[in-house]
Amino acid sequence: MLEAIILTVITAATPLLLAAIGELVVEKSGVLNLGVEGMMVMGAVAGFAVTVSTGSPLLGIVGGAVAGVLVSLIFAFVTLTLVANQVASGLALTLFGLGLSGLMGESFVGQPGIKLQSLDIPGVTSLPFVGKILFGQDILVYLSFAAVFAVSWFLNRTRAGLILRAVGDNHSSAHALGYSVIGVRYLAVIFGGAMAGLGGAYLSVAYTPLWVENMTAGRGWIALALVVFASWLPWRAVIGAYLFGAVTVLQLHTQALGIGFPSQFLAMLPYLATVIVLVAISGNRRATLFNTPSSLGKPFVPDR
Amino acid sequence: MMRLELVKRPQKSRLMSVLSPIVAVALTVVFAGIVFAAQGHSPFTGIWYFFLEPITSLWGVEQLITKATPLVIIALGLSVCYLSNNWNIGAEGQLTIGAIVGSILPILFPDFVSPVVLPLMLLMAMAGGALFALIPAKLKTVFGTNEILTSLMLVYCSNLFLDWMVRGPWRSPQGYNFPITIDFHEWAVLSAVDVGGIYLNLSAPIALLLVAILAVVMRSTLKGFEIRVLGQSPRAGSFAGFSNRRMTAFAFALSGALAGLAGMMVVMSEIGKLQPVISPGYGFTAIIVAFLGRLNPVGILIAGLVIASSYLGGEAIQTSLQMSSKLATVIQGVLLFFVLAADTLILYKVRLVPGREGERAHA
Repeated sequence: MLEAIILTVITAATPLLLAAIGELVVEKSGVLNLGVEGMMVMGAVAGFAVTVSTGSPLLGIVGGAVAGVLVSLIFAFVTLTLVANQVASGLALTLFGLGLSGLMGESFVGQPGIKLQSLDIPGVTSLPFVGKILFGQDILVYLSFAAVFAVSWFLNRTRAGLILRAVGDNHSSAHALGYSVIGVRYLAVIFGGAMAGLGGAYLSVAYTPLWVENMTAGRGWIALALVVFASWLPWRAVIGAYLFGAVTVLQLHTQALGIGFPSQFLAMLPYLATVIVLVAISGNRRATLFNTPSSLGKPFVPDR
Repeated sequence: MMRLELVKRPQKSRLMSVLSPIVAVALTVVFAGIVFAAQGHSPFTGIWYFFLEPITSLWGVEQLITKATPLVIIALGLSVCYLSNNWNIGAEGQLTIGAIVGSILPILFPDFVSPVVLPLMLLMAMAGGALFALIPAKLKTVFGTNEILTSLMLVYCSNLFLDWMVRGPWRSPQGYNFPITIDFHEWAVLSAVDVGGIYLNLSAPIALLLVAILAVVMRSTLKGFEIRVLGQSPRAGSFAGFSNRRMTAFAFALSGALAGLAGMMVVMSEIGKLQPVISPGYGFTAIIVAFLGRLNPVGILIAGLVIASSYLGGEAIQTSLQMSSKLATVIQGVLLFFVLAADTLILYKVRLVPGREGERAHA
């Protein structure tokens, strides 16, 4: 029972973690991309489409990341090159992604997908309890943790990470020092797009190998909330994502137990939990403000 | 390599303020033409069916007004939010809760049949939408919680709540187990009247009235000034004695009330009962309408008609060209991108210059 619960928590948490860690980097560079939901749903439809047409879930995952990058580039061009309002452009990206994915996925509705293989090491994966949890996951689960580790190391231990944080904290100074603010931000947005695309592809290739319109169901927005919850610290995003995974599982298992509680209220849990967590975290102003990139959401036009 | 360079204008370009939405619409038409061509249709035929054919008949004009009405009403409220820097994106949820609260009368008190039911329902819907919108507003002013995320999360909750209501406590005993409530009685629906061949109900004149009221309020009252000042500079606003917190509550309550009103009128005129889905995403599409209308009441009226026509266009290309009606939502999203991008022209001159080595290598 416990093993089953932990396994479900992992699958529910992974797409959130992938998208959140991407958005964390984007926001650290000073850009607020509210289009995570749109990039995720594009990743989901592209991931499914590529998987079905090539027969390879691995290629599907790559396709999901590429789709996320492509739509994130629209956002980057509009907000970075043309300095349009980031909040409104992020909303546009979400509306556009939801629309385009619905159009692209129309012919895939009801088609069976191919599930991403999980790791299977003879003798190790079959170990009691820990075997399946530690050594029996699919590649994206391991990738999500690798990404957290890499991002944490990149932001805190590398020169490039320092530049990215400088761009996010004070774009005018970074520009004066000769760094390409816009270039750094483009790269960050592209990374965010790839990670959101992977998170979306996880849904349609590993979580439930199906395409359903709007299948992200607000996960992109929850990922955005996770970044705030994590106060821009990568490892805290892991805690947040797994907390949300646990809430989702609570919902599924209570439903399975058949307690006479309306399923709609259980389905509200992740969304209500997001609101509660956001309120709790915003109560702690000092911790939040300390890590908030100071230039977050502010447009930058290089003067010359 | 060529790259774009922005040069700040000394002041906002008045010409571009008017021109930018038109440029955006024009670019969207071009985009649509390319999509039609890519699908193997003549771009001109496609554009004709999508943008123009729907409004060549009286019935089409009637549909256009029906679809534009809720969009305009909701977008008016959102414009006040956005102008004052309050990012309410949960209008869809406020619409739903408003419609549920207003429906208490015909569903729980079906024997209360009187002409006062109609205005009472509208008022209750407005109150319900406003109170629901005050949740993210209060969370923002009291705890500093991001209103974008909370208002959106509440959309999912409100949709699930409506789903529970129509499948659970409010399900009609005569509904053959379908998830619907009982039909509203005659004083709880908006019936249409023949106006020169077009059947219209009360909601369209109400929308026009609201446009006029908001236009006057924004132009020539202190409240309108307060909204704009607090949006552009909260600090300057506080020197003038305006309260940012009160403005947040006001903007959210107003937009929630208008969303609730719009939702109730959609239910009262098109459906006549509650069901799991009562809106094709009016609350989200209204965001596009608000921006396309440049957050200006008259602009929103025009933008509402433009966006409403894309709903009809989606249906038209489905029947005439066997294309997916979902293309409409893509075109709406593209239009919003073009609108936001074209707005750059108001503040900046855009120049194409040869790229310099080493700088903006990735741009």
